[in-house]
Amino acid sequence: MELETRVYQKESNLRVGRLLRESLIDINKSRFLSFQLAKRDISAMYRQSFLGILWAFIMPLSTAFVWIFLNSSGTVRVTDTGIPYPVYAFTGTLLWSIITEAINSPITSTNGSKSILAKINFPKEALVMSGILKLLFNSSIKVLILIIFVFAFGVGFHWSLLLFPIALFGGILFGTTVGLFITPLGLLYTDVGKMITFGLQLLMYVTPVVYSIPESGIMKTIMEWNPLTPIILTARDLAVGMPPTYLTYFLIVVLGCIPLLFVGLVFYRISIPILVERMSS
Amino acid sequence: MSNEVLVKVENVSKKFCKDLKTSLWYGVKDLVSGLKGNKQERKLRPKEFWAVKDISFELRRGECLGLIGHNGAGKSTLLKILNGLINPDAGKVTMKGRVGALIELGAGFNPILTGRENIYNNGAILGFTRQEIDAKMKAIIEFSELEEFLDMPVRNYSSGMKVRLGFAVAAQMEPDVLIIDEVLAVGDLGFILKCFKQIDRILPHTAIIFVSHNMPMVSRICTQIILMEKGQSKFQGEDVSKAIDLYYTRFANNESNVVFDDGSLKLEQVEIPDASYLEGIPQVPWGETLKLKFRFSIKRPMNVPFFGINILDKEQRPVAVLKRNPENSDLEIKDGVLEFIAIHKHLQLSKGLYSINISVSEFVRNNPVLRINSILSFQVNYEEEIWPPFLLQSEFKAVNNSVKSIK
Repeated sequence: MELETRVYQKESNLRVGRLLRESLIDINKSRFLSFQLAKRDISAMYRQSFLGILWAFIMPLSTAFVWIFLNSSGTVRVTDTGIPYPVYAFTGTLLWSIITEAINSPITSTNGSKSILAKINFPKEALVMSGILKLLFNSSIKVLILIIFVFAFGVGFHWSLLLFPIALFGGILFGTTVGLFITPLGLLYTDVGKMITFGLQLLMYVTPVVYSIPESGIMKTIMEWNPLTPIILTARDLAVGMPPTYLTYFLIVVLGCIPLLFVGLVFYRISIPILVERMSS
Repeated sequence: MSNEVLVKVENVSKKFCKDLKTSLWYGVKDLVSGLKGNKQERKLRPKEFWAVKDISFELRRGECLGLIGHNGAGKSTLLKILNGLINPDAGKVTMKGRVGALIELGAGFNPILTGRENIYNNGAILGFTRQEIDAKMKAIIEFSELEEFLDMPVRNYSSGMKVRLGFAVAAQMEPDVLIIDEVLAVGDLGFILKCFKQIDRILPHTAIIFVSHNMPMVSRICTQIILMEKGQSKFQGEDVSKAIDLYYTRFANNESNVVFDDGSLKLEQVEIPDASYLEGIPQVPWGETLKLKFRFSIKRPMNVPFFGINILDKEQRPVAVLKRNPENSDLEIKDGVLEFIAIHKHLQLSKGLYSINISVSEFVRNNPVLRINSILSFQVNYEEEIWPPFLLQSEFKAVNNSVKSIK
């Protein structure tokens, strides 16, 4: 039997194709590990919590309620959104929470496994994958709530709702790609994680999460350039059955993310040994 | 098949940084140079030092390499490089076959979950598939002897129990190369014995790299050895015993310490008369006579006390005691000085370094007068290294000779 041979040396082979292939092979080989890690974290989280699953949507719900209240009380006058405002606000905050979770997912799951990273050699990609699995689990619950909202406010069923998961997938893809690129630096410096939380808070206000793009002005330009805009808008349009106006930009962003995701995976793979060396004993 | 080299390490070096902030900054730089392919030679940057420097060895199936050295000598760093957790800064490591690492037991355990669930978590990280774990579940439970606690959250386990469970899972690996760091220190004796039985079982068809401070264990299972000091290999080769002696001389504690003293007598001098010295340590050939010459000064009028002379091995375990002097011997105190020689003939201690503790007590009342540890070290010389503390004289006689002669 031919034995598998591994070589460790300073020089990393920079053939992106080969690295990517190895990375994908590892992802495939470690399916069980990713699943097991996700299952471990999810069941541990819910076993030690009373409200359990509720936590997944308490945050987006409360943000939505704040805006619904601001709007209905007349404190803030939001331009007409074309659909009942609660549905608009809630779809926005839910989608937003999914995207931010996706961005944070690689760094959180890698950070959470610091101790084993420094002790055991296993396919590191499994950490990213388990993060995505956890994300999918949380998102599926959120989507259920979203669908309930859509029906409760009389928006009703549209066939485009069936395409909604694709838009959601686009959001997760985008988030994971961004997350993979910031993970290596984020593991070295805690500043990065804080900056992400902070930056995302600001970013929310230039994304049509709780209000739509204004007719004119600087805000319109920023929002239209923002790559998160098409993701949120397309997903929402599909969910409530409106014609997706930013479909082209959406497709550009999502298709652009695929090669970038692969680059991110290669970057992650090269970085981990360097990070393990600096992270802990 | 059995002759193939499974582990090949060529001039591996690794540097570390002493300062955290600088280390992080170098990390950023390394990330960038990692993207460029790391072709340039690595030199020490400010505040860096070589944690591992220029280590090379080869290991075949059935061989076991012992890595010894004091704390911080670079052993664990080397293991991490071998395990592929970190990349070397120079040199090359080639590993063939499935690599198993007993560096941390119970990796991936989540304290909230039960033992049974954590078997799956740990197994998955060690590279098992679900089917493999299902199939080995029974063996794992049996090995761990924790059946009744299996559905209890692991956070209620004692540290020994966690290690048991972790080892039980890890023991199911069938690696070609096994890396063992000191994980077996916890756990009770029965369990440690069980672990070593398991290791003995896989030893013949595995290449093992073994880090330990337990020298009898090292000399028992290792076929070659590297003594590391400050990242460098101080001694390397198949002469395991020599490396162990070197290791111990690093800790040779020549300072005696007085444990008890009632002030009635003082040890002025102790020596092995006519001994040859090597690096300041008297040498006694195996099978010869051990002579210990003592001189005490007496501070208070007293009768001749009795002397308990204990011989301890390098790990400070008592291995022997000289029969004490009888009450009516010809020892006598002259001008406030008591001088005598203790003699032991046909010394059968095995090769190695020993030290002597002495306790002095009064006859009859048995009152302790003086106790001093490590008053003297000596080395027993013999060509053959064994790890039990005694090499006993023996004769082997044939019994069927007489039968033959009758024929």
